[in-house]
Amino acid sequence: MTTVAWVVEGTWTGCVDAARAWAPAEDDVLLLHVTAAEVAEAAAGALAGLMGRGRAQHSPRVEQLTAQGAADLLAAAVQRLGRPARTEARSGRVEREVVAAAEGARLLVVARDGDRSRLGPRSLGAETRFVVDHAPCPVLLVWPDDVPALASIPPPPWGQEPTLRP
Amino acid sequence: MGGSPLPRSRKKEEGAVSGGLGEALGVALLAASLAVAVIRPRGLPEATGAVPAALLVVVLGVLPLTDALDEVRALAPTVGFLAAVLVLADLCEREGLFTAAGARLVSASGGRPVPFLGQVFVLGSAVTAVLSLDATVVLLTPVVMDAAVRSRLRPKPPVYACSHLANTASLLLPVSNLTNLLAFRASGLSFVRFAALMATPWVVALAVEYAVFRRFFATDLRQPAAPAAAGGPAVDDTEPRLPVYPVVVLVLTLAGFGAASFVHLDPAVVAAIGVVALAVPAVRGRRATPGSLLSAAAVPFLAFVVGLAVVVRAVQDAGLSRLVPKLVPDATTLPALLLVTVVAAVLANLVNNLPAVLMLLPTVAAVGSPAVLAALIGVNVGPNLTYVGSLATLLWKRLLRARRGGDPGGVPAARRPDGAGCAGGGDPGSVGRRESDRSVR
Repeated sequence: MTTVAWVVEGTWTGCVDAARAWAPAEDDVLLLHVTAAEVAEAAAGALAGLMGRGRAQHSPRVEQLTAQGAADLLAAAVQRLGRPARTEARSGRVEREVVAAAEGARLLVVARDGDRSRLGPRSLGAETRFVVDHAPCPVLLVWPDDVPALASIPPPPWGQEPTLRP
Repeated sequence: MGGSPLPRSRKKEEGAVSGGLGEALGVALLAASLAVAVIRPRGLPEATGAVPAALLVVVLGVLPLTDALDEVRALAPTVGFLAAVLVLADLCEREGLFTAAGARLVSASGGRPVPFLGQVFVLGSAVTAVLSLDATVVLLTPVVMDAAVRSRLRPKPPVYACSHLANTASLLLPVSNLTNLLAFRASGLSFVRFAALMATPWVVALAVEYAVFRRFFATDLRQPAAPAAAGGPAVDDTEPRLPVYPVVVLVLTLAGFGAASFVHLDPAVVAAIGVVALAVPAVRGRRATPGSLLSAAAVPFLAFVVGLAVVVRAVQDAGLSRLVPKLVPDATTLPALLLVTVVAAVLANLVNNLPAVLMLLPTVAAVGSPAVLAALIGVNVGPNLTYVGSLATLLWKRLLRARRGGDPGGVPAARRPDGAGCAGGGDPGSVGRRESDRSVR
């Protein structure tokens, strides 16, 4: 079986640490990075708007840099994990690629990437929310660094509390 | 100074083809020129369509030869100015200005996404205003991407910022955008006056853009890179120094543009002097060659601009000159100017901002310089309304490619999840190769 850890800039250290702690010893670990295709698309769109100026130098460079960035990040993640792991770099619609890559996995490790200053709400970014919502396997959802204090949960909205009583 | 309005005689000369037929022919040739420029069959330069189309409108008598030559003569200084600015930007890149700026971006932001974005805004606005939007799209975007990757920050906000700033920040100076150069001639304003009038729209547009980015990319901007000890960005001790000479030349060239206004010297001459000042040491030091300078000047593109302008002129003289004034109000009240901006923005999204500005200029120039600038704001900022700057062009391109079943215009499609990644503990090289092994869904 495979434990998949979704490695993202900004939250990957916490995610890799969780994979180290929770992936069963007999499992394969797959470190997954997905590049948003829109990034290269935005660069290509701007270039297309120039109608021909500067085309030669540019187009492949942003894609090369994207690929190289993903490779560097995955290499750093493997090093941090400290056990053998496979890596996979995908590109496309991020949330859908992650869900597709998690098919048949024993566990998908995901880091929270929304508002990290309190225990919710909105502790998940849009892509992460989609992944948690659509994952075809169990999901381990972790805080990427320090867990906010319990007191950081906002008080319940006014007037709703009585309905919670048995 | 800044040149007089384009000399355009509206006298109708009877050619071999006239009236409705001439109009139809002109529109067909214009459409063909634009289609070739967007699709670029077999990677041919965009001039392949526009230059023969320009010759055809003259040969078929849609546009008299004298008018065509008029158009070319009126456009020549503008095209020369554009070439000079393109070469100037290329030389700055060869002198290491962009690499140094990228390194500074990494060290000064310290892996914090909001300062990083703020600095990209400052850098992108300055580069676009001084070295034109081409420099931002072609030279700055890869540098910013590289800096984001090295900072281990999510690259989406800064790369999108570059694409958007190329449009928004190109409002300020006549040199910032080819559309500005064209409008500058038609408006009859001086360089300094143009900049003074556009300064407020420039600042407002940038402030709105920044606010939208902070909100739209709130999630991405909340994720700081991990500190270096915890696997964050590697600290680069060998930060390249900011090259002083190119910066000095740029500042002096910019001052020269302003000064030239007062002594009635064409700013294109000042740009040419700036090019010489940078090119001579670069060629001597073998950082540039005559060939690289020529290639930076984008001669096929310049030919495209001239060809397109002649075809647009033919279409206008054959009938569009009656249509455009109906769309554009003949007044300089605020609502009228806003309408001009909206019309220009829509047109820029439909056909790219270059043909849009060529079509609108004769009409708005007749209304007055406020109308010219209003149209300019529309064509420059308009492409940003479609989420990705200049998306319209890309969409056309994709649509056409998709019909032929080819590669969708340099956009990486998702790699099909066949075979699970590369085995063996994350060999960066093989990850990179798989990434480049793209397939189209």
